[in-house]
Amino acid sequence: MTDAAAPIDHAEPRSRSVIAGSYLDSEGGGLSEWLLTTDHKRIALLYAVMITAFFFIGGAAATLMRLELVSPAGHFLTDDEYNRVFTLHGIIMVWFFLVPLIPATFGNFFLPLMIGAPDVAFPKLNLMSWYLTLIGGLCVLAALLMGGVDTGWTFYPPYSTAFSNSNVALAVLGVIIAGFGTIATGVNFVATTHTLRAPGMTWFRLPLFVWTVYATSLVMILATPVLAITLMLVAADRLFGLPVFDGFRGGDPLLFQHLFWFYSHPAVYIMILPAMGVVTEIITCFARRRVFGYAMMVYAVLAIAIIGFAVWGHHMFVSGQSVFANLVFSFLSFIVAVPSAIKVFNWTATLYRGQITFEAPMLYALGFVGLFTIGGLTGLFLASVPIDIQVTGTYFVVAHFHYVMVGGAVSAYFAGLHFWWPKITGRLYSEAWARFAAVLMFFGFNFTFFPQFILGYLGMPRRYHTYPAEFQPWNVMSSTGAVVLAAAYALPLFYLVWSCFYGKISPADPWHAKGLEWRTSSPPPKRNFLRTPVVTEEPYDYHDPGAAPQAEARPVDAARLAAVAPRPIGGAHG
Amino acid sequence: MNGIPLLPQSASTFAPPTDALYFTLVAVSGVIAFLVFALIVIFSVRYRRGSPAPRGALPPFIQHEFEIGWTIATLFAFLMFFWWAGANQIYQLLPPSNAMEIHVVAKQWMWKIQHSNGVREINVLHAPVDEPIRLDMTSQDVIHSFAVPAFRIKQDILPGRYVESWFRATKSGSFRLYCTQFCGTAHSSMVGSVVIMSKPDFAAWLAGQRAAGDLAGQGRTLFASLGCAGCHTPGGPIHAPDLAGLFGRKVPLADGTFRLVDDAYIRDCILHPHSNPPAGFDPIMPSFKGEVDDGQILALTAYIRSLAPRTGAR
Repeated sequence: MTDAAAPIDHAEPRSRSVIAGSYLDSEGGGLSEWLLTTDHKRIALLYAVMITAFFFIGGAAATLMRLELVSPAGHFLTDDEYNRVFTLHGIIMVWFFLVPLIPATFGNFFLPLMIGAPDVAFPKLNLMSWYLTLIGGLCVLAALLMGGVDTGWTFYPPYSTAFSNSNVALAVLGVIIAGFGTIATGVNFVATTHTLRAPGMTWFRLPLFVWTVYATSLVMILATPVLAITLMLVAADRLFGLPVFDGFRGGDPLLFQHLFWFYSHPAVYIMILPAMGVVTEIITCFARRRVFGYAMMVYAVLAIAIIGFAVWGHHMFVSGQSVFANLVFSFLSFIVAVPSAIKVFNWTATLYRGQITFEAPMLYALGFVGLFTIGGLTGLFLASVPIDIQVTGTYFVVAHFHYVMVGGAVSAYFAGLHFWWPKITGRLYSEAWARFAAVLMFFGFNFTFFPQFILGYLGMPRRYHTYPAEFQPWNVMSSTGAVVLAAAYALPLFYLVWSCFYGKISPADPWHAKGLEWRTSSPPPKRNFLRTPVVTEEPYDYHDPGAAPQAEARPVDAARLAAVAPRPIGGAHG
Repeated sequence: MNGIPLLPQSASTFAPPTDALYFTLVAVSGVIAFLVFALIVIFSVRYRRGSPAPRGALPPFIQHEFEIGWTIATLFAFLMFFWWAGANQIYQLLPPSNAMEIHVVAKQWMWKIQHSNGVREINVLHAPVDEPIRLDMTSQDVIHSFAVPAFRIKQDILPGRYVESWFRATKSGSFRLYCTQFCGTAHSSMVGSVVIMSKPDFAAWLAGQRAAGDLAGQGRTLFASLGCAGCHTPGGPIHAPDLAGLFGRKVPLADGTFRLVDDAYIRDCILHPHSNPPAGFDPIMPSFKGEVDDGQILALTAYIRSLAPRTGAR
């Protein structure tokens, strides 16, 4: 700890209880202390518990779908049951898992820490965001218990307005309510970034994770209201017969699609931009290098957030929109891929001349780069109109967005979870199990979703629960991969919960990482820093600008070696 | 089909250019992905912690020139693909003017096909090989999508609107037809086939179907029975447009704009005659909404088109 950069506020905790004096301890552990907290770190944990529950509900639905698709005739579910299952999977995973996934957990926990602030700008609003998301999620679950929804997560009218005999209005209401939670989170983060940066934390000293959360918040604020109004019009049609989207009564079903994708394409960037930020923090730390092209990375993030608003029409190439509009949206969709490509190149270049180690967070982060690269490249196929005509509405699209949103965003979430776990809980986890899960997730993911690209170009439509027999081999392969993937997603639940109780005590800065979040104790105290930090160094200051990084001993190695287990376990410990 | 399929059948003139673009993108993506993965692996091994590889500072020129270089290279590569894909799309845009037309009405969960001589079929569409076929499509209820992977075509079908698609099949056989826009309970059963036959076989097939009367002939009957002829007859007591020779022409409207008389416009005039009447005529025609169904509108349209000289259709 020789870095003279930011003052270290807190001695490493040596008390028997790791949580003494930390945010986990200082407010008390009762239910009401948690449910009425305004501490951004506790709210982050509330979000984490909630989205974990939704992840396993949505995952159960996915399991049912892959099981059903093993056989072409579909033996387990009826038509209506299958339609309800994939709709549930989509609604839960998009709005109650992926959208809040990184911003509401790591964004909440680390945005104030990384800029040297004691909390977010509006702590009570922050708690309200959580309640809004929770209430929205409960509405959707209620719709499920009352018989489900069968429109798909896209709610296309006139099916959703005039034909579906399911609880569309309640589900739509849930999504609208959760949307207000998202907007409030976005407002909070923008205000926090503008007003609460520590002295010396200039805009171009912000860690890239902060930049991505900031850009994401702008997208949330600007896009989510459009979703709210669009879904309100769907509900108004169902409840009061307002025919805005009814082609037979002077409305236009394509209007819905324009409005819906005006939100839902930027929503993809709500999911992937913070993931890019997480991965940047991790790759720099484990390569011991300054990020390659910091300024370019910032501009790329902003470019993606801005151009991302102008590409929605590529979801509608076969919808009946003007072919000239198709050309414009095709062009813009190719353009928006350029900043993403820059980011991939820059991550790769950051590894050059580093001192690289391969702990679990790094394995997840490298897995992210691989899966995101495949997801991004297949996006070029979809931007090409003739190929999009062939593969839209098929499993190619399903595979593409799972590569970006699950292979990308979820891998990055797990990367961040392992990277920041010692900071959040003050404990270390089993490195061997974590590495195993990371590798398993990468292979399980490709095993599950790569066959779907081939199925898609062959023409297998999505949302089909019976299909021609020639598609079966690829579907069986995908379902088998899903078993591997499910195991990989379940594993962290066990070893991370185990770590909460039995994990070794972590030092304040186990990875010897840069960034203000490591300049306070693990877990941090209630107001984050005992003294407001003063920033004097550039971001990712892992080595002097003109020099090469050194191979240095890190606290985590010492902690793992030093803390001998109370009783001998036998064999080498991981 | 033998073994595990990798590619769809190639059975229309759209398949080869689409596949060429697809294979090129696969190759280029493969090269880029391989490059990224190889660099990650090489750097990971060479620059693992404590390895003896030398690690001086980066030469200053690497930062900017490299970044600008690969940004520009990426941009140009993407623009090239846009140009190729876009040019390809324009080529596919317009059906040839001599295309044979087949009408498709989609409903939950059935494809209703009608040939221009009145022959109807359900969930099977017969068509001749090497002949451009234009599909005039509409939906009776929700949005459906007409997709034939072997032809590389797909088009959403909207309720209350006419959309078109076209293809020229290059081989005979039976090809799968799917609905690819989620349309409710039995969406995955809304499948059918397109049966492509040689021209003589198709002619024989068509003749063998029980002739239901020519579509335009049905339209003529409807034109009389619905009372259209009462006004739309030159020299009659009511001032209404003469329909002979009208199809395919641009007509001035009351709001000062011009509109091409096509299937969609005729449908609009029948269902919503007051929304934008032609210039010089009072909006006195009653709406036939609810009086005529989609099949009858198709027949009326076919009749009005048959009154038009062929050369006027451009």
